[in-house]
Amino acid sequence: MFEFLKANWSDILAHIAQHVWLVFVSIAIAVLIALPVGILITRRQRLRAPLLGIANVMQTIPSLALFGFLIPLPFIGGIGPRTAIVALVFYALLPIIRNTVTGILGIDRSVREAAVAMGMTDSQVLFQVELPLAMSVILTGVRVAVVITIGVAIIAAEVGAGGLGEYIFRGLRLNDNRLLLAGAVPSAAMALVADFGFGLIEKRFDTSRQRSRYSSKRALIWATILLTVMIAGWAGWRALRSRTTESGVHGHATVGSKDFTESILLAEIVAQMLEVQNVEVDRRFDLGGNLAHTAILGGQIDLYPEYTGTAFTAILHHQPVSDPKAVYDQVKSEYDRQFNLWLSDPLGFDNTFAILVRGEDARRLNLKTISDASKQAPQWHAGFGHDFMVRPDGYDGFSRAYGLRFAGVSDMSLDLTYTALSSHQVDLIAGNSTDGRIAALDLVQLEDDRHYFPPYEAVFVIRRGIKYSPSGAGQGRLMDPFVEIMGKLAGAISTDEMRQLNYEVDGAKRDKKIVVHEWLVKKGFVQ
Amino acid sequence: MSQASGDNDDALVSFRDVSFRINGGLPIIDHLDLDVAQGETLVLLGESGCGKTTTLRLVNRLLTPTAGDVLVEGKATIEWDSIRLRRRTGYVIQDAGLFPHFSVAENVGLVPSLERWTPDRIQRRSRELLELVGLDPAQFANRYPRELSGGQRQRVGVARALAADPPLLLMDEPFGALDPLTRASLQKEFSEMKARLGKTVIFVTHDVREALMLASRIALMDRGKIVLLESPADFVKSANKLARAYLETLSEPPAVAGGL
Repeated sequence: MFEFLKANWSDILAHIAQHVWLVFVSIAIAVLIALPVGILITRRQRLRAPLLGIANVMQTIPSLALFGFLIPLPFIGGIGPRTAIVALVFYALLPIIRNTVTGILGIDRSVREAAVAMGMTDSQVLFQVELPLAMSVILTGVRVAVVITIGVAIIAAEVGAGGLGEYIFRGLRLNDNRLLLAGAVPSAAMALVADFGFGLIEKRFDTSRQRSRYSSKRALIWATILLTVMIAGWAGWRALRSRTTESGVHGHATVGSKDFTESILLAEIVAQMLEVQNVEVDRRFDLGGNLAHTAILGGQIDLYPEYTGTAFTAILHHQPVSDPKAVYDQVKSEYDRQFNLWLSDPLGFDNTFAILVRGEDARRLNLKTISDASKQAPQWHAGFGHDFMVRPDGYDGFSRAYGLRFAGVSDMSLDLTYTALSSHQVDLIAGNSTDGRIAALDLVQLEDDRHYFPPYEAVFVIRRGIKYSPSGAGQGRLMDPFVEIMGKLAGAISTDEMRQLNYEVDGAKRDKKIVVHEWLVKKGFVQ
Repeated sequence: MSQASGDNDDALVSFRDVSFRINGGLPIIDHLDLDVAQGETLVLLGESGCGKTTTLRLVNRLLTPTAGDVLVEGKATIEWDSIRLRRRTGYVIQDAGLFPHFSVAENVGLVPSLERWTPDRIQRRSRELLELVGLDPAQFANRYPRELSGGQRQRVGVARALAADPPLLLMDEPFGALDPLTRASLQKEFSEMKARLGKTVIFVTHDVREALMLASRIALMDRGKIVLLESPADFVKSANKLARAYLETLSEPPAVAGGL
């Protein structure tokens, strides 16, 4: 653990900084919205129920679903911090609005009546009486919002906003506790620190305690200065960072990937090959579900690795077909026509669903094919990833094709199915045929003897809109480096090689960049 | 009895056929006519719910009449700028309503500071007023309301109401929540103070002893109407049933719990 920290501390600090930034910006925006809304509904009683209702509902939307809604939207959507901040603001609104209302309405009636009767104007009543007296309650709301936001910001990693969630999701995917802790411990500590800090500030504003009004004024001024400096600092830092990430200009490329090791490795391969050609690369890895597809359509990434079968069924919504050539051709032409996206040649390996059982079971029961296993199924418990349960070429068709009936089926995280299988909690899972853990955990892949699963040849999807090099030529063509790299990669990665690469990362827990670099050197793609 | 309207130049506050009801419900104030003369202390006496507090709140436009006019210095309250009207009208309520986040001096200096007096002048004024209500400025000016007893808070409330030297003072059961001994001494002090200051006071109470002690005239209210309007001397001689009921509470010996 100590070694891990020593090697990664600067990376961890950067993620903590991103996390703090996400929380800080979201809370700042949420306060700017919630405070006026809260004040408004103390004055317009008729608005109280509907507005609080809306804020309540927003809070109950599951965060992943909210991200799903937001991504396709213009201006506030897309992938990256912006979407995350919009979602985080939604979650932070309710506690602040509610406490603003409670705080103001909780003020002693005689105090408010006296204020009005002394001849204070509405705004004098608000700023000199109501807000100061409600401040400690409002701050409690902000405190709750901050703690919630620190937690929800973990999910922000799913839309490529960075933050500590990256460690947590990576840790889950790789089954690596060090990564999990690297994400969980700082975020928990952050929540505790925020909670404690706000507790102290609240006390300062609590009018039932002895203190001088002047010192609290000074504290307020200091807090304002501090916040301003922080905002300026962060804004500057972000501006510096974002200058290098603009996509579409010659010499820049944004490479995306899906949220599992193999996709990240493939993306990293292209990223490093581009960098060798002096193209600046922005990495937007870890895009879950169909996010990568949405992102490339929105122009937020320029390319990402995809599988023909996934494109065919999950994106183009065709019924599964088992002929690899037919699938590839149709995907290529439809992507071109419908999306203006270019499909590279197949990379050489096929990452199909692998129906996996424990090696000991396979040897004991002499299981070779899925049909062999169908006899055992009624005594077995199966575990499948969320994705497999819902996709058109997934569980429904699969169980029908083989007439399978399990004693039980668990819908769980794909990453956890491997662990669940090797620890005997389930007896059969649907993994990826190139997964490094197959060898590492002594699992056996059963043959798809009825050819149910469509082919999943790995390809790259590339955005046509990338502008050409400065020498000219029009839109719609690809940058030279892309063409060259895709030419080199065509058919270059065998299934065994891919499995080995995956194993290096998932099994041997080595750094992805190093693994990719070694492979590129071995292949002679870089020196 | 109630004066004919319009011909009383001494009246600082006049009610002209005033009614007040909430959302078309039963009237809380029912066709009320009343003139409050310059410099007098008019006590509104009645049980809770009789409309005496509502009557008071109509004067500084915390409420506006649903029918009729309330005139202050000859001008209807709805024609007054409500902020101006309230800053010219002192207001004291039962639990003082002091601002908990303001010191005693800041509470007293509230209206002057709203009126943008200079800090020096505000400070002088609040010292003066604290002395007037019997609180040593050196000792109390920088305290906060939670550090005061109920009687001290009420003194500060009176000082705050007098700060901008308003011609009119509205008092809503200002001594109602105090213990009997404190109440008695505050009543006595207030009675002397108002004699010196010459303010016009409208004073709400349900305590007939207090009414007799402080009033120039007593207006006995019942269900939104004034049923009797007399000087204290005439009030004790009145044959009015409600007035007699109030007066009887004064002479009755206290019932002793448990007996002998």
